[in-house]
Amino acid sequence: MKYLDEYRDPKTTAELLAQIRRTVTKPWTIMEICGGQTHSFLRHGLDAMLPAPIELVHGPGCPVCVTPLEQIDRAAAIAARPEVIFTSFGDMLRVPGSEQDLFAVRAKGGDVRVVYSPLDALAIAGANPDKQVVFFAIGFETTAPPNAMAVLQARERGLKNFSMLVSHVRVPPAIEAILSAPSNRVQAFLAAGHVCTVMGYWEYEPLAAKFRTPIVVTGFEPVDLLRGLLAAVRQLESGRPEVENAYARLVSREGNRPAQDAIGRAFLECDRAWRGIGVIPASGWKLRDALAEFDAEKRFDVGRIAPKESPLCIAGEVLQGVKKPPECPAFGKQCTPQCPLGAPMVSAEGACAAYFRYRT
Amino acid sequence: MSNPPNFESFSCPTPLHPGERIVLGHGSGGRLSRDLLERVILPALGDTAPRSLDDSAVVELAAGRAAFTTDSHVVRPLEFPGGDIGRLAVCGSVNDLAMVGAEPIALSLGCILEEGFPLETLSRILSSARDAAHEAGVFFAAGDTKVVERGKADGLFLNTSGVGRLPPGVRISGAGAKPGDVVILSGTIGDHGIAVLSAREGLGFETDLKSDLAPLNGLVAAMLAAGDVHVLRDPTRGGLATTLVEIASQSGVGIDLEEGTIPLHGPVRAACEMLGFDPLYVANEGKLAACVAESDAEKILAAMRAHPYGAEAAIIGRVREDPRHRVRLRTAIGGKRILDMLPGEMLPRIC
Repeated sequence: MKYLDEYRDPKTTAELLAQIRRTVTKPWTIMEICGGQTHSFLRHGLDAMLPAPIELVHGPGCPVCVTPLEQIDRAAAIAARPEVIFTSFGDMLRVPGSEQDLFAVRAKGGDVRVVYSPLDALAIAGANPDKQVVFFAIGFETTAPPNAMAVLQARERGLKNFSMLVSHVRVPPAIEAILSAPSNRVQAFLAAGHVCTVMGYWEYEPLAAKFRTPIVVTGFEPVDLLRGLLAAVRQLESGRPEVENAYARLVSREGNRPAQDAIGRAFLECDRAWRGIGVIPASGWKLRDALAEFDAEKRFDVGRIAPKESPLCIAGEVLQGVKKPPECPAFGKQCTPQCPLGAPMVSAEGACAAYFRYRT
Repeated sequence: MSNPPNFESFSCPTPLHPGERIVLGHGSGGRLSRDLLERVILPALGDTAPRSLDDSAVVELAAGRAAFTTDSHVVRPLEFPGGDIGRLAVCGSVNDLAMVGAEPIALSLGCILEEGFPLETLSRILSSARDAAHEAGVFFAAGDTKVVERGKADGLFLNTSGVGRLPPGVRISGAGAKPGDVVILSGTIGDHGIAVLSAREGLGFETDLKSDLAPLNGLVAAMLAAGDVHVLRDPTRGGLATTLVEIASQSGVGIDLEEGTIPLHGPVRAACEMLGFDPLYVANEGKLAACVAESDAEKILAAMRAHPYGAEAAIIGRVREDPRHRVRLRTAIGGKRILDMLPGEMLPRIC
């Protein structure tokens, strides 16, 4: 298949691995920011093929994992209301809240539907004028543009029965938080190629300079991942911390201007709590005041939410790259993909799920 | 010699009026029930319909062992590219019988209908069940119909049970895999799951991909005639990975797979890449995985490739000794990973 096979080519993969092996002279700890990259490493068995001095740690770039528990509980409370059709990307349905996940809400009679695009939620709102349709707008810079388009279209069409529960997050403040933490071990980052397709990579330049840390824009296929790693190792070995683009077939420094423009028209930067990590300043997006009528938090009064996290789960340390999933005492025991205690065990992008699926 | 029966030209003596729908009375057991049976169900099933309307069917079985199975079918949409719930219900039970090496004889057919269901659709689906029964060489020995109120079911649910004859000496079970056995797959994976998914609304991609839905008893007969088959399994829900994990666990062995040898249609691969699905976990309805004696593997593979439902059959792996009963996949780039069962429902990824 074009655009896929050439990036999974065994010969190119072997050549890149050999180049990395020749380049590396001492141990380096490198974080892949995005959960999609974590899964790709493990799914292709690539992590085990890397030379031993390179340690990969897995970043917080899993939208399902970092959505705060409070928002999951709020989603469940809104979805349980009889007048509501609650729409969400599929992954979110199995994320454990304090008491229940959205599947459990559905089993108890809530109308919870999986959509593949926020525009599907708009269509549902159009077709069900007597219902309140709520879309769970979560994710990084990747899902923000379509979610922005959905709410802007809702305003244009004068839809009165559509709202969004917004919990967007941004990558650069998370990188800054990880590098600022006293326990940080990360010496270089593979930045998420799809996030940079939207946002470009100019935002990362001050971070690389301030923390003297290489940040390499990296794709998701084996060849892409190895190109990103090779660039990171070369920088580390030569003491040259910069932002480098190893995904140039899709990413430009400026990124996708119309997409950024849509985000700007719909959302405003805000502080955001990351599940398991805590509040990171300016790390989120919320709806602009001009769009307040589409804010599900304002439209539905669900009372006080008192989130309760599982005491066993170490998701926060896993998401910050401090610990690996198998170091968690609950990993594979109390916590499995069938019965997850923490969000990283749920998602197709969660680090714990990746280890459980491909390693145990 | 007389002409073979021609079912294409068969038509109902009292045709259905367009727009006629199931009402609760069709399940009352009274005149309307009888009417439904005589005007819709029996004509649609044609010569595969029950031969008597007694309380139980009487089936002739030769001395020896019989195989018996049951399966309920719920699918949305009821009609999808490459099949429908009628064909699915027949193939499901026929294939369950075939997977222990049995020759299917007869099925039962239970219909649960939702009030308001169009009779024309019912007739079309049952005709499709009839065609599948012809292909598999089975008939419907017994049947039942119930009607539930609107909103209490999703249009139509079907249940089929099946009975089959086990040829002497045939011993096939999920526990039969032995170290050294060769693992053969009868064709491409994921076609059914992706075809059904693409037929659902709101997926945003179009494909001319068809479900692989098919009765596999003919293919199995050809395999058994060609050599020593130890395990047969049809990788339906949960996909190939889940099936192989079950076989490894039941047989107490490990299995090594080569990712590059597993047949996969381009559109299935593209859809899986887009949605974040692993094709190893996507459902199939017309495929089987087999563990066969190494010495007979080439003969069995050739027999499969000569059959229309095995034309793309391939050797995909080996059974080995492993006290931990793991299924290992060597990826296309030469990495290794462990395959596990599908946990719960497969969910499309976010980005």
